Amino acid sequence: MMGETQEAPVRKQPLIERAELTKVQELVYELRVEQVMTRDVITCTPDQTMSDLKEVLRLNRISGVPIVDQGQMVGMISVESLIKALEQGEADHLIGEKMTRRYQSVRADDTLAGAVALFARFKYGRFPVVDADGNLVGILTQGDIVRGLLRQLETLWHSEEIRRYRASHIFEDIESEQTTLILRYHVKAQDFVHGGEASSKVKRALERLGAHPQFLRRVSVATYEAETNIMIHSHGGEIIVEAQPNAIKVVAVDTGPGIEDVEQALLAGYSTAPDWIRELGFGAGMGLANIRSCTDRMQLTSVMGEGTRLEMVFDLTVGSGE
Amino acid sequence: MNLKQILSVIDGRLISDSADLSTEVEMACGADLMSDVLAFTHSGTLLMTGLTNPQVIRTSEMAGIKAIVFVRGKNPPPETLALADSKGIPLMASHLTMYEVCGLLYASGLASCDIRERDAAARDGLGSGQASTGS
Repeated sequence: MMGETQEAPVRKQPLIERAELTKVQELVYELRVEQVMTRDVITCTPDQTMSDLKEVLRLNRISGVPIVDQGQMVGMISVESLIKALEQGEADHLIGEKMTRRYQSVRADDTLAGAVALFARFKYGRFPVVDADGNLVGILTQGDIVRGLLRQLETLWHSEEIRRYRASHIFEDIESEQTTLILRYHVKAQDFVHGGEASSKVKRALERLGAHPQFLRRVSVATYEAETNIMIHSHGGEIIVEAQPNAIKVVAVDTGPGIEDVEQALLAGYSTAPDWIRELGFGAGMGLANIRSCTDRMQLTSVMGEGTRLEMVFDLTVGSGE
Repeated sequence: MNLKQILSVIDGRLISDSADLSTEVEMACGADLMSDVLAFTHSGTLLMTGLTNPQVIRTSEMAGIKAIVFVRGKNPPPETLALADSKGIPLMASHLTMYEVCGLLYASGLASCDIRERDAAARDGLGSGQASTGS
């Protein structure tokens, strides 16, 4: 049936935030009229009376209908025309005399953006929807547009929720003596354009696993410092994340050259970074000190000519929501 | 303080194509050293910096920086803009120096990411770092 905005309260939706508003803007260009229109169109024929029309509008709680004659759409009529006819005592007049023959329609394959523009321009309550051959295939109200957008947003929102739910229940859903999820990321030497991507992905993965924001920040900051160290000082390496139900272990390994004096490297402010690294805002010798303050345990081992291995452990406290 | 008020205080402009200017920041930090940003800021901080490379955005993403002001009239390169856009971090610019921007915002009542405050919070088990595991 044809929907009018006032006919049913719109279901409660999650708060629409900025990102989703942008999404709505995208959706009005993506969605087509046929995806949101009402398909079961209530129609009248030209030989029915205005009194018949009154019953159709009343019973269906709608405010206008397309007029169809032998399968062909011939006009539109709205509640305004009905009121005027009733006022003038013309209830027994035929719809065919009172209907608007020059109606504005919208194409089924138009975007919602196009339809919204039509509503703004013509101030009609509804538009008949026609296919490429001009056949009536549906009817479109502003309520249909709003409902269509909300439905689509809810679908998008649900799919992210399901993704999060599945990820956060991985440890409960998979039974074993000990379940460990291992994530592995390569880090290239000197690549400051893509540097940080591994940490960014680690952050997103842990977010989906349901990590608490404070905990997430500690792991992200430490992982990023470790990734930056691989970028600046090594020939390249890897970030390996081991996620367990009670702890996250992040291991940053590289293939050399190795740290000559590990004790000294751990001192705050000690750095061997060249000037160009310092110009990028790094290399002040604070990285390992930062990592230490973010982790619950860390261990740095290095062999000259072979490489360096940094292990960082972040404990998840049971019941803390982390 | 929201981004709109900040722009008016520092005589700044929005660089990002679009941003919600009613976004609130609770405190601010001025730094050109990214390790300091990682160490001394909290989630919801406004960052003032003279650096414009993409690592500034990466750092901000990891540290939970809410918005960035580039000082001394610096314009970030396209790769920085693109990364900030994809991470949803609004970028602003001011022709004023770091000292002036910080001074104006501090005088307008925007709090600092106080290191002493942070240390005190960490001792109480509230801040970031080792002590926060129990929080």
